[in-house]
Amino acid sequence: MAVKMFRKCPDSGLYFHKTAESLMKAHAVLGVVYLLIGGVLGLLVAATRAPGIHLLSAEAFYTALTAHGTAILIYWIIFFEMAVLYFASSTLLRCRPATPGIGWIGFLLMLIGSTMSMVAFARGNSSVMFTSYVPMPAEPIFYLGLILFAVGALIGCFVFLGTLVIAKREQTYDGSVPLVTFGAIVACVIAVFTIASGAAILLPTFLWSVGLINNIDPAIYRLFWWGMGHSSQQINVSAHVAIWYAIAAILFGAKPMSEKVSRGAFLLYILFLQLASAHHLLVDAGLSASWKVFNTSYAMYLAVLASMIHGLTVPGAIEVAQRKKGYTNGLFEWLRKAPWGNPVFSGMFLSLIVFGFIGGITGVVMGTEQINLIIHNTIFVPGHFHATVAVGTTLAFMAITYFLIPVLFRREVIMPGLAKWQPYIFTAGMLLLILFMLGAGTLGVPRRHWDINFADAAMQYQFAGSAIAMMGVAGMGGILAAVGGALFCLIAVGSLVFGKRLDQGASLFSSFGLPMADSSYTVERPDRLERTPVESSGSSGHAVEAKGTFVLALVFLASFVVYFFINAKYLSSLWKLG
Amino acid sequence: MSLTPPNQMIWWKEPIHRIEVTWIILALSWCLVLFLWMPYWHVFGDQNLSSESYRIKPEAFEAKAKAMADQYTVRKETKMEIPVVKPPPGSDVYLVARLWQWWPILELEKDKSYRLHISSLDWQHGLSIQPVNINVQVLPGYEVVMNITPNQAGEYGVVCNEFCGIGHHTMLGKIYVK
Ligand code: HEM
Ligand SMILES: [Cu+2]
Ligand SMILES: [Cu+2]
Repeated sequence: MAVKMFRKCPDSGLYFHKTAESLMKAHAVLGVVYLLIGGVLGLLVAATRAPGIHLLSAEAFYTALTAHGTAILIYWIIFFEMAVLYFASSTLLRCRPATPGIGWIGFLLMLIGSTMSMVAFARGNSSVMFTSYVPMPAEPIFYLGLILFAVGALIGCFVFLGTLVIAKREQTYDGSVPLVTFGAIVACVIAVFTIASGAAILLPTFLWSVGLINNIDPAIYRLFWWGMGHSSQQINVSAHVAIWYAIAAILFGAKPMSEKVSRGAFLLYILFLQLASAHHLLVDAGLSASWKVFNTSYAMYLAVLASMIHGLTVPGAIEVAQRKKGYTNGLFEWLRKAPWGNPVFSGMFLSLIVFGFIGGITGVVMGTEQINLIIHNTIFVPGHFHATVAVGTTLAFMAITYFLIPVLFRREVIMPGLAKWQPYIFTAGMLLLILFMLGAGTLGVPRRHWDINFADAAMQYQFAGSAIAMMGVAGMGGILAAVGGALFCLIAVGSLVFGKRLDQGASLFSSFGLPMADSSYTVERPDRLERTPVESSGSSGHAVEAKGTFVLALVFLASFVVYFFINAKYLSSLWKLG
Repeated sequence: MSLTPPNQMIWWKEPIHRIEVTWIILALSWCLVLFLWMPYWHVFGDQNLSSESYRIKPEAFEAKAKAMADQYTVRKETKMEIPVVKPPPGSDVYLVARLWQWWPILELEKDKSYRLHISSLDWQHGLSIQPVNINVQVLPGYEVVMNITPNQAGEYGVVCNEFCGIGHHTMLGKIYVK
């Protein structure tokens, strides 16, 4: 019985398996729903932290902030990552998904779990921030929701790994897996570690919340929680770096400068991130200085090195491809002539720049043991991670979505004029939000704080006027970023509903997860995925030229060094501590 | 292409491109500098957090802080009559974090060293001394000892920068350095 389960996308040449495709859509759509919820909450939070507006009441603010972090960092990102896993396995390897039924169970668990914790937030007794540090209690359904969500995600990871096994066995591809799939494998391996670490602490915490365990040690909680919380950021990095490579290949036909370097860098993520949770514990009790230094650096800097390598090789690959097309003038013609009006490109490139220059540099600087003293828990920290996850990861996911709307959903993107501007609006808003949070944090403004004027406190303290002003500008940036985010949701969801159908079989329902009409699936078994053809012979030395990228990398390194020593100098102005 | 399997079956034997090698060497060197900077600062820098810490019961910590306050209180401030405590230089000084207060107010002498003990009696808090901007996590059940030498006179705010419930933003303390 030969059932035709695959369709070939005529625009991209990619093969989509009927069930895998539905799973991808369902996860991506739900992700965008959480992005929308989280984005609205982010807007409320930013507008409350702007001193001139101070929108929400204290209680509503803390609830909104808890829900913002959870909905957007955990649910939006991980739902979308699951879609990426199905894409990188089933679609890229042209393989049927392993146990699709179980894949759906994973999806349902994620849906139920995430809904449970959102319900807990709405009830108002679980405003503990997404880190839920013990012994501050949340309702049991909050922890249970997180646990169910994690189990669902774990199931998704195993379906992904199973699909790889099938692809290998059925020889759907020749040679080694493509680099993008390799990056997804790394993300998946880290995810399994992450979820194990999360389970090790959230299960006991859940039992504690229902009264079965007396006490959870707060220091141990933090160690394990960040074993999950930090490593999961490494999942995000692996996933969005994989997407950078994918977009470079889709738009430019770029191939990695060398497979060995790019893959080796991905492997460093697995090898050297586990104890990077240490950089969240640099000013914690009970840990020795050498433990902190070793884990924050030895373990982390090699992962940092890996990101610095990708930061070179992704634009490098684009430069090589562009130069081959004839954009060879000067250092930067390849970049100037890139398709800046295409949101797939602009989103990806802005993601790369902001992630590296701002997210990367600030992250390493504050992860330095002693420098953490001037940064821990200030608003600098949200400044840093909006550069990494809100621009780095989120914008990369937005960029690939513009590619997936026609290819996966078979719909034309609506409002292309707006779509062209959306990455710029979002990034501009985010840059204001980020830079001014970084600035205010440097002046000591705390994160997760409703009133830095301390109106209701028994004593008084005045932050510098410039710090208050910076929070105001950050708030404006937040509003602009929220507009950019909302535009994305509008365009994405609008395209699924109103976009012109590119395939007869694409109905409204198939946009949200149901399969397309049977007539779309015409391929029984895709051709084997062949290896990248050898370069057409030419002057091979010239073929891999990437001077412009190298100059960019040097500028990056110089900024890094300068910024580090500025902070070291600042540190030296503190009281003596020993 | 990154979407297709590598051209070489044995991709890990491909030669690496020159700018990649150069960059890896540069980046790795910088990572090493970053790493070495930390032990360097432990030896030559003046701002290192001590790792002296103990497990302690909240009641025991509270009792130690009370004993200090009873001995060295010089006056009371605010409507809540919070004691201002002026312990002798070099002594052990206790600062209690609890919902939603830093207790007591401390009065320290400029350029003198103190052993500052901090712990929480309930949830997690964040010690944030402003505007010098020194930030340390405070956990219940753990007593952290920092050796501090304030080198500038002034009135410092002690902000809480770990979320600790609905009164978090009212949790403000004070340190005088004279
Ligand atoms: C739509 C635009 C967004 C705005 C206006 C916004 C605004 C903010 C602000 C102002 C804070 C800090 C509040 C504080 O500490 O007091 C915050 C926290 C946070 N944001 Fe966003 N954000 C946005 C998007 C995102 C995205 C896309 C992500 C992740 C993918 C994200 C993840 C987080 C996280 C994890 C926190 C920390 C929550 C906590 O401290 O518990 N945000 N956001
Ligand atoms: Cu507190
Ligand atoms: Cu607090």
